[in-house]
Amino acid sequence: MEAKENQGELWEVFLQSKPGQAFKHVGSVHAFDKNLAIENARDVYTRRGEGTALWVVPSKEIVAVTANEAEYFFEAADEKIYRHPTFYSMPEGVKNM
Amino acid sequence: MEIVAPSTEQLLADFESKINAEIKIEPRDWMPEEYRQNLIRQMSQHAHSEVIGMQPEGNWITRAPSLRSKKILLAKIQDEGGHGLYLYSAAETLGVSREQFIQALHEGKAKYASVFNYPALNWADMGAIGWLVDGAAITNQVSLQRTSYGPYSRAMVKICKEESFHQRQGYEIMWRMMEGTKDQQQMAQDALNRWWWPALMMFGPDDSDSPHSTLAMKWKIKRESNDQLREKFINKTIPQAELIGLKVPDQNLQLLEDETYKHGDINWDEFWAVVKGNGPCNQQRLEHHIRAHKEGAWVRETAIASAKKHNI
Amino acid sequence: MEAQKKYYLQLADNALILSHRLSEYSSHGPFLEEDLANTNVALDLIGIAESILEQTAKIDGKGLTGDDLAYRRGEHEFYNCLLVEQPNTDFAFIMVRQFLTDAFHFYFYSELTKSKDKFLSAIAFKSLKEITYHLRRSSEWLIRLGDGTQLANDKTQHAVNTLWKYSNEFFTENDVDIEMKKSGIGVDLKEVKSLWSQKVNEIFFMAHLKIPENDFQLTGGKQGNHTEYMGYILTEMQFLPSKYPDAKW
Repeated sequence: MEAKENQGELWEVFLQSKPGQAFKHVGSVHAFDKNLAIENARDVYTRRGEGTALWVVPSKEIVAVTANEAEYFFEAADEKIYRHPTFYSMPEGVKNM
Repeated sequence: MEIVAPSTEQLLADFESKINAEIKIEPRDWMPEEYRQNLIRQMSQHAHSEVIGMQPEGNWITRAPSLRSKKILLAKIQDEGGHGLYLYSAAETLGVSREQFIQALHEGKAKYASVFNYPALNWADMGAIGWLVDGAAITNQVSLQRTSYGPYSRAMVKICKEESFHQRQGYEIMWRMMEGTKDQQQMAQDALNRWWWPALMMFGPDDSDSPHSTLAMKWKIKRESNDQLREKFINKTIPQAELIGLKVPDQNLQLLEDETYKHGDINWDEFWAVVKGNGPCNQQRLEHHIRAHKEGAWVRETAIASAKKHNI
Repeated sequence: MEAQKKYYLQLADNALILSHRLSEYSSHGPFLEEDLANTNVALDLIGIAESILEQTAKIDGKGLTGDDLAYRRGEHEFYNCLLVEQPNTDFAFIMVRQFLTDAFHFYFYSELTKSKDKFLSAIAFKSLKEITYHLRRSSEWLIRLGDGTQLANDKTQHAVNTLWKYSNEFFTENDVDIEMKKSGIGVDLKEVKSLWSQKVNEIFFMAHLKIPENDFQLTGGKQGNHTEYMGYILTEMQFLPSKYPDAKW
């Protein structure tokens, strides 16, 4: 017998712990619609008052890079050390840079 | 530029070098099929244990003797549901849906911790379960925070953080009862007598007799052996029992020279009997889960139908 | 004093007994997320009951605790409405009971924030945050149940037909309600009823549910006369303190 899929869609949950902070992925929930998804996220992931704002995103809508692509996707940026501030030499004594 | 697909040998070598370097394996990374299967088995068993584990304590929610204890017990059982949920989600990253996990549980193909097949008979059992069963589980889970599979490790970190109060609330119940009337003290000792051995069995068979352990240790799914964890647990727990005047029900218990304890023989025949389904509550626990799942089917169906109608 | 105490108990007992019913449902939910959500509501309600019972014990001044009031009162001394003691027949009964009570709680506590009694207005402010969420959740569920499959609509309509006869008791004024309203401590239940009816009509309309034509109503809980279910609730809830009266837990 094949399992009948009626646990709802999978949604990824992002929580902002304080105003001003970045949203952080905290896990996922099952839900049948948007309202239930955000309420389930609230009921599951803020039981200890962990957050002030929540996002839920359908898991299937997330675009990701696979590991096999990772090399050309990320390692190319390793070469661009000029994007990092420590790349630049500064005269001794310069302030507020 | 021509990109040549790496060979399986190469992929396995890369995989194992990551494991050795303590780099976590993530869902989309290549992994050996046996590693995936081992994880699916262990994580789903862990998730089912959390969810089935709601039942023995659930048996006492409506009889909790104070508003404070009722709130704590409800919150604790709710946490267990939450932890089951985190673990199902982590396991779903391996390409198996929650519905499939539940189906495997209902068909008896997936296991859960046998300890939950014992009955909760008096209020002190709420103490013994929190103190011993959660205590044993935490010993194992602390170790699993370092497991090699990323989603499993992250779930364990979260779970360990939340569970820190579970063991304390259990011990507090035992302590209060040992400070209380004669009846209460008897209930507490009775609960310890019944839960002690099942708690020791939670760590699984002796290392020499543990079928899934070798690969799981090699690939760092498990970080410490069954016996190592069991030793840790008894060394922590026995002094806690003595402090409040409880007696551990083991006539062959020895205190060794290095201040550690050696427990008497575990009745593995009983362990295997319960694993095979012949414990006091196996049938009851599973039937409860199946019934709730079946009774909820029309609710899930109407929620799907309603969402479709409104396109939300 | 007696009236104020009884007024407090009416509020506390609704929360206490409903939370008890919800806590029976732990690990029986249709899916895991819902089990957690249901428990959150139960925990909120126990919290409300606990605060009010502790305060009641305090103003009573007989050296009792909130727990004594929950665990050592007899059935006739409980003043909750009959609706909240009705059993968890199925998810439809649970949600209909919840929605009707949440809507009452929402408008009642909104009014109660204006109470001259500082304790009551403070607890109303605090509880209202939780109750607003409860009402949102049960309203949405009622719509999902009523407006989804035919089977669910039938079950939910059946729950409405069964429970409706207990729904008006919230608004039936007794002597205590009248005295408390006069003294500016209590709220005007007519006002609450009219807001409640609007909300119920709105959600029932969206959920394709009908108010039963037979508008016969049962009351009694607020005078301590309960349905047969209540005795079993208390037998279970009060088991340990009754059996071991000297024990501390």
